[in-house]
Amino acid sequence: MTSIKHHPAAPPTGFADAPAVLAPTARLPNFCNLGIMLRLLLVVNLLCVAAAVVRSDGHDLWQQFLLISVVAQPVVILSLVATCALRPLLTRLGYWQGVAVIFALEAAIAALFWALIELLLPFSQPLVLWQYAFFFFFATSVVLLYFDLRARSLSPALTEARLQALQARIRPHFLFNSINAVLSLIRAEPRRAERMLEDMSDLFRVLMADNRKLVPLADELELCRKYLDIEHIRLGERLQVKWNVSTMPQVAMVPPLILQPLVENAVYHGIEPRDGAGELCIDIETRGKQFVIRLTNPYQSGSTHVSGNRMAIANIRERLQLHFDAEASLKADVSADRYIVTITMPVEQQDV
Amino acid sequence: MTQPARILIVDDEPPARARLRDLLDDCREQFPLQIADEAANGIEAVERISQGGIDIVLTDIRMPGMDGLELAQHVARMELPPKLIFTTAYDQYAVKAFELNAVDYLLKPIRQERLLLALGKANTVKPADADAIAGAAQSRRRHLSIHERGKIVLVPVDDVLYLRAELKYVTVRTIQKEFLLEESLTRLEEEFGNLFTRIHRNTLVATKAVSGFEKVADSGSEDNDGGGNHWVVVIRGVPERLPVSRRQQHVVKEF
Repeated sequence: MTSIKHHPAAPPTGFADAPAVLAPTARLPNFCNLGIMLRLLLVVNLLCVAAAVVRSDGHDLWQQFLLISVVAQPVVILSLVATCALRPLLTRLGYWQGVAVIFALEAAIAALFWALIELLLPFSQPLVLWQYAFFFFFATSVVLLYFDLRARSLSPALTEARLQALQARIRPHFLFNSINAVLSLIRAEPRRAERMLEDMSDLFRVLMADNRKLVPLADELELCRKYLDIEHIRLGERLQVKWNVSTMPQVAMVPPLILQPLVENAVYHGIEPRDGAGELCIDIETRGKQFVIRLTNPYQSGSTHVSGNRMAIANIRERLQLHFDAEASLKADVSADRYIVTITMPVEQQDV
Repeated sequence: MTQPARILIVDDEPPARARLRDLLDDCREQFPLQIADEAANGIEAVERISQGGIDIVLTDIRMPGMDGLELAQHVARMELPPKLIFTTAYDQYAVKAFELNAVDYLLKPIRQERLLLALGKANTVKPADADAIAGAAQSRRRHLSIHERGKIVLVPVDDVLYLRAELKYVTVRTIQKEFLLEESLTRLEEEFGNLFTRIHRNTLVATKAVSGFEKVADSGSEDNDGGGNHWVVVIRGVPERLPVSRRQQHVVKEF
């Protein structure tokens, strides 16, 4: 459902790769990415400067920096090559596992390099071992922290993009059948045809709108009513609807199209395949600071409702999460011959 | 065409039927036709068609009870099948419909010119072989169509207790009645294999109708299963016992 996907197998494509580099599911950066490499070198060198400033007695700053740099640069470059090579593995691991692998890798490379210096330049070691070890541990932590913060700061944009991608889509089956029904009314009952086209316009206006802001619950219900009016013309008495909304909250704000897609699925899977009439129930009640929407429709064994509804359910659940986080929930059950979707949401008042 | 074509409209939505009526009225001048009747689903359509006097069927695909694709299969088994034209709002079935040898496939909303073209084609297309169509349909039928003295009886597959091949026919047993079906047992097994169990070269029993197995002494002449005794299947709701052949003995253990 999300339009932004993380492509672990995609080859590095430089700066254009930005969203994939920092996809929210992968907080570890893509070390093969040129931008990431440059940032990483910059961060490590700034740390080298800081270390040099601390060690310097005021006159040998440049010398100190060179000393530290000579040790640090090869390790950093080696690390970059190694993490890039290990990228297929890192993308498969979770964040903390990835972090552990990187620390282990750093320790190995740093130890290897330490041994090499001991071997080649036994008398000119610029640092003592604990300082050397601490420096790399610290640098690795700072780099990972930096990339993690950067990913987080960019993710609201991703959330936004995801919300847009999650906007409900219309079912072509519904669109074309409705147009056909309007055509059937034009000659005999032009006024009803007019009403139906008006309802369709309202419905499609909402479906095509920028739906990232919350709307009053009453508006969403009005939309469902218009939708059901359209379906009523097509299906006649086969579609029975029972509303039980007397105790619903008057001020609640909800994500747009939180209920209409579910009602549409209830008609498509619950009423249309049925011989004879079927009843759809919409119950809404306030429970303290929360309210509950329950949508019930007839269910026949062997029906496609469970599988057919999975997309809509996942979509709505994700939108609820993006808006309300853990305060909202959605569940779908089949009990005997009824299919029931229950949404619980906080009563969110309108912002002033 | 000397006589106007007699047309049956099949759709579960009243407005869609009304729209087709209007469109057909508009076609009348260029294509002599007569709206013979309307049906709200496949079952009603099969009944109406079997009464005769239908040349062309305009049918929706997604309908409750029996859909258009199954209707096509029953129509193909009729002696004088009418021509089928599918009408649907969405083209997810297009390929299937053509494999089912429909004359044409019209997308709703339908244009008059397009409908005229389809009606014209109906006069030229030959009917297809029923088994080929069943193969193309892929989906299982929900009914078996039994031809009884010029009438068609639809038996829901769910009601069938067992199918037994006898000479030319297959006996279809339900709790009330027996019917004769002109199809091959092998084909039926291919289509409904997951609902039925083969217990004998000539017998498929509905798995859910089996209430148990009994061991009986061989009577000798009828089933050449050798000496000793053999298993029979006890079926829920009917008195007859069906023999399990030696070859299919494993069924008893696996049940």
